[in-house]
Amino acid sequence: MEGIDGSGKTTQLGLLAKWLSAAGHPVFQTEWNSSALVKAATKAGKKKNALTPMTFSLLHATDFADRLLYNIIPPLKAGMIVLADRYTYTAFARDAARGVDRRWVRELYSFAVKPDLAVYFKTPIDVSIDRLLARRVKLKFYEAGLDMGWSTNAIESFRIFQGKVLDEYDRCVEEYGLSVINASGSITEQQRVCRRLVSQHLEIEANDEQLDESA
Amino acid sequence: MTSSSTNPPDLEPIGAQPGHYYSYGIPYLPIDHYPGKLIAVEGTDGVGRSTQIRLLREWLEVQGYGVIETGWTRSELMQPTIELAKASNTLNKLTFVLLYATDFADRLEKEIIPALKAGFIVLSDRYIFTALARAGVRGVDRQWIRNLYGFGIAPHLVFYLRIDEKTLIRRVLQSRGMDYWESGMDLKLGDDIYESFRAYQRALLKEYAALADEYGFRVLDARRKVDVIQDELRRQIAGFLNEPDNAPVASRPE
Repeated sequence: MEGIDGSGKTTQLGLLAKWLSAAGHPVFQTEWNSSALVKAATKAGKKKNALTPMTFSLLHATDFADRLLYNIIPPLKAGMIVLADRYTYTAFARDAARGVDRRWVRELYSFAVKPDLAVYFKTPIDVSIDRLLARRVKLKFYEAGLDMGWSTNAIESFRIFQGKVLDEYDRCVEEYGLSVINASGSITEQQRVCRRLVSQHLEIEANDEQLDESA
Repeated sequence: MTSSSTNPPDLEPIGAQPGHYYSYGIPYLPIDHYPGKLIAVEGTDGVGRSTQIRLLREWLEVQGYGVIETGWTRSELMQPTIELAKASNTLNKLTFVLLYATDFADRLEKEIIPALKAGFIVLSDRYIFTALARAGVRGVDRQWIRNLYGFGIAPHLVFYLRIDEKTLIRRVLQSRGMDYWESGMDLKLGDDIYESFRAYQRALLKEYAALADEYGFRVLDARRKVDVIQDELRRQIAGFLNEPDNAPVASRPE
């Protein structure tokens, strides 16, 4: 599940997990930048605002590698459905928006498992800002792109930065064929589309299994 | 990806010019025409790198060159994390490689590049080749790690202080003994720590030998006396700095 902050992807992922579990599918969830390994460095770097676009990128890749080996590959091997709140496309979009070489960051993540389905919740910046402000989320330094020095005003900086991130996501949609869901629709509406996408995919897999059995 | 490259299909981009990025580099930090010079001293443990660097620094400073030293795993950002990760053995080979690459990126951007810009001679105690050798032993994909370090800067000179396996093992045991990582215990080569240590160091020397060919290291026999090695280093560095256009400080007195 991909999308900028305030795109509603976490809400959608939660609803999807409920539905899949209720249908008897074992589900495992994993979240971007959540491994204990790099937490100390990320926190220290963020606190001092000491991260450069390159170290920011590499720390997130380290986090990803750690989660891939402990939280993504084992549940996949065990036949579970892994729901990832952000995946490599987040790095492709954010790091490129910060000026890191696009080809480099794609090669960096070439060790990743290609997802069976990647959904992108496409959100206009104004919608995402409204949602974040309504939740009284304080825009954080790096999330707002304040490290880039484009604006000292957090909202203005967020707008500029996320604008670039959206452009990079658009590239990813084309390059990797992400399934796009218009995230300005209602929660229920989006979830319906989301479930349809997932169920199509599960049906395809079920058919494959039947084919295998009959062969 | 272009298919017009004349490089061999494996182990590609590395033939960068000294002072330039190996590959894609850091787009927001152009480094062309920076006056500084980057000199790397590579080698396994126990070859006397830091002694040689200390002596080189003094020699260069007496001649009026500004000198900055940098090392491997010394960045403020990453040191605590790397120490912690090593202590708890939670590193797998990918995170191991990536943590070191992050550390290097931090030092590159905050120490090495500013120093090169300001016309310093940067003496690097180990460089990316240490990471390439360790990753090579651990079976990390060779092209992947070379792409990863594509943001590195090709040094003007790379000296490789080489010793044989037997000398290496004795020197490491004498100086600080075996530890988990330097013994390659993560590779599960066997329960006997000494045998694992020996197999690991042997594999490491093999990797360095391959890297020496790939990157054209200047290889020095590190079993000789400190001052003999130092004389050789100085002779080669002086030869480099005296070439036209190579003096890092434009305003040096004639």
